[in-house]
Amino acid sequence: MGEQKSMTIKGNMATAMGAKLCRPNVVPAYPITPSTLFPEKMSEFIADGELDASMINVESEHSAMSACIGASATGARVVTASASQGVALMHEMLFIASGMRLPIVMAVGNRALSAPINIWCDHQDTIASRDSGCLQFYAENNQEGLDLMINAFRIGEDERVLLPVIVGIDAFVLTHTIEGVKVPAQEDVDDFLPPYKPKHGTLDHRDPATFGSFAPPEYYQEFKFEQTKAMEDSRDVIDEIFADYANRFGRDYKKVSTYACEDADVILLTMGSMTGTAREAVKKMREEGKKVGLAKLTVYRPFPMPELKDILSSAKGVAVIERNISPGSTGAVYAELAGTFVNEKKRPLLKNFITGLGGRDTLVDTFEEIYDKTIEVIENGEVKVLVEWIAMNEEVMR
Amino acid sequence: MTVKITIGAINKEHGSSKKYKTGGWRSVCPVVDLEKCISCYKCYDYCPDAAIKKIEDGIEYDLDYCKGCGICAAECPVKAIVMVKEEK
Repeated sequence: MGEQKSMTIKGNMATAMGAKLCRPNVVPAYPITPSTLFPEKMSEFIADGELDASMINVESEHSAMSACIGASATGARVVTASASQGVALMHEMLFIASGMRLPIVMAVGNRALSAPINIWCDHQDTIASRDSGCLQFYAENNQEGLDLMINAFRIGEDERVLLPVIVGIDAFVLTHTIEGVKVPAQEDVDDFLPPYKPKHGTLDHRDPATFGSFAPPEYYQEFKFEQTKAMEDSRDVIDEIFADYANRFGRDYKKVSTYACEDADVILLTMGSMTGTAREAVKKMREEGKKVGLAKLTVYRPFPMPELKDILSSAKGVAVIERNISPGSTGAVYAELAGTFVNEKKRPLLKNFITGLGGRDTLVDTFEEIYDKTIEVIENGEVKVLVEWIAMNEEVMR
Repeated sequence: MTVKITIGAINKEHGSSKKYKTGGWRSVCPVVDLEKCISCYKCYDYCPDAAIKKIEDGIEYDLDYCKGCGICAAECPVKAIVMVKEEK
């Protein structure tokens, strides 16, 4: 196996390096903060002769995803990037990409949605696309951003899956932050990721076909059943491919990874870059004798119900900490986690904490406060307030 | 007509939309009185589903594809076409 080169790079560069190593054929993209560096880098790789691909400059994100769909249907390996309003604008095309079973990979610099306009870190953009049929991975750091991109192609293109994959890296906290990243050698990625050769048919003028054709009521439900089954089948495929990646490259990914969870009364459940700070907070609280652990959700779609049940059922209380909110309900993960446990006899009390919206920093103090509030819930034996907003700026409140 | 679903709804058969008989959507059916018909073929021009065929001295409906929209009846200058409720 070739040596992994150490580089100090921004998150966008890490996802771009990951994408480049996968040798995509087509890169349709429309720049948007904080993902702009991704298409810039891909364009540079192509201009410098480091990557043999076609860059398609489009007039909107809707067109970017449309071009991805057309290109992917021909059997090309396709990658794009977007964020926030861009992901929102391509919303309808994401459903078409998944319905047509096209393993497009998209790096998203997770950013808040307007209004009010905000360019900073928030998970609302991809959470709003959760039902689009794309797999969704969230990176904690730039290394994960790079590794998850490579895994995304292999998982999405697997014959048992054939679905688009979104890799989320947090706006600015990752996209624009320089970190040390180990970059696998090209020949090792080539060995890990075989060329994409779809067996079910490709768009080819010599063999014309209709793609994503009309399905009346007698057929549509069966299509959706099959598509959903592919997402279900991706659960085992993800485990298998993550394990293969770990063997080859030494970094072991899990749908849900844990820290200090074994004897924990309270488990903090996080997604994305806030996990790093949460781990520091857990370390500090453990030193103070508090029985607290941390679970990180790397794979949000498919939602890892069995893994979460295994990890969380022994805790007394779980704090679900989210950078998204469904107004009129809870954070997205909370509702699904509640659904995961609803029929279980042994289940922890679940409390939802909304924080870190629009780039609000999640500090060690934030996690300590969340821990204290979760302990209160355990002592009271009930969750009086389901959703609590944390780290509010009281000074600006009306 | 039953076909098996495919991955990504890929359909390699050309012109297969013909197999989907949209006439089943119809609730009212056009009936032409050829005695009144002046063979102006305005109905033929206006039919959005190409469900009207020209014949000598009049027209004929292809009820496999007529959705019963009634545009032909509305356009007919001599009121030779009436829409009749269809019981199924």
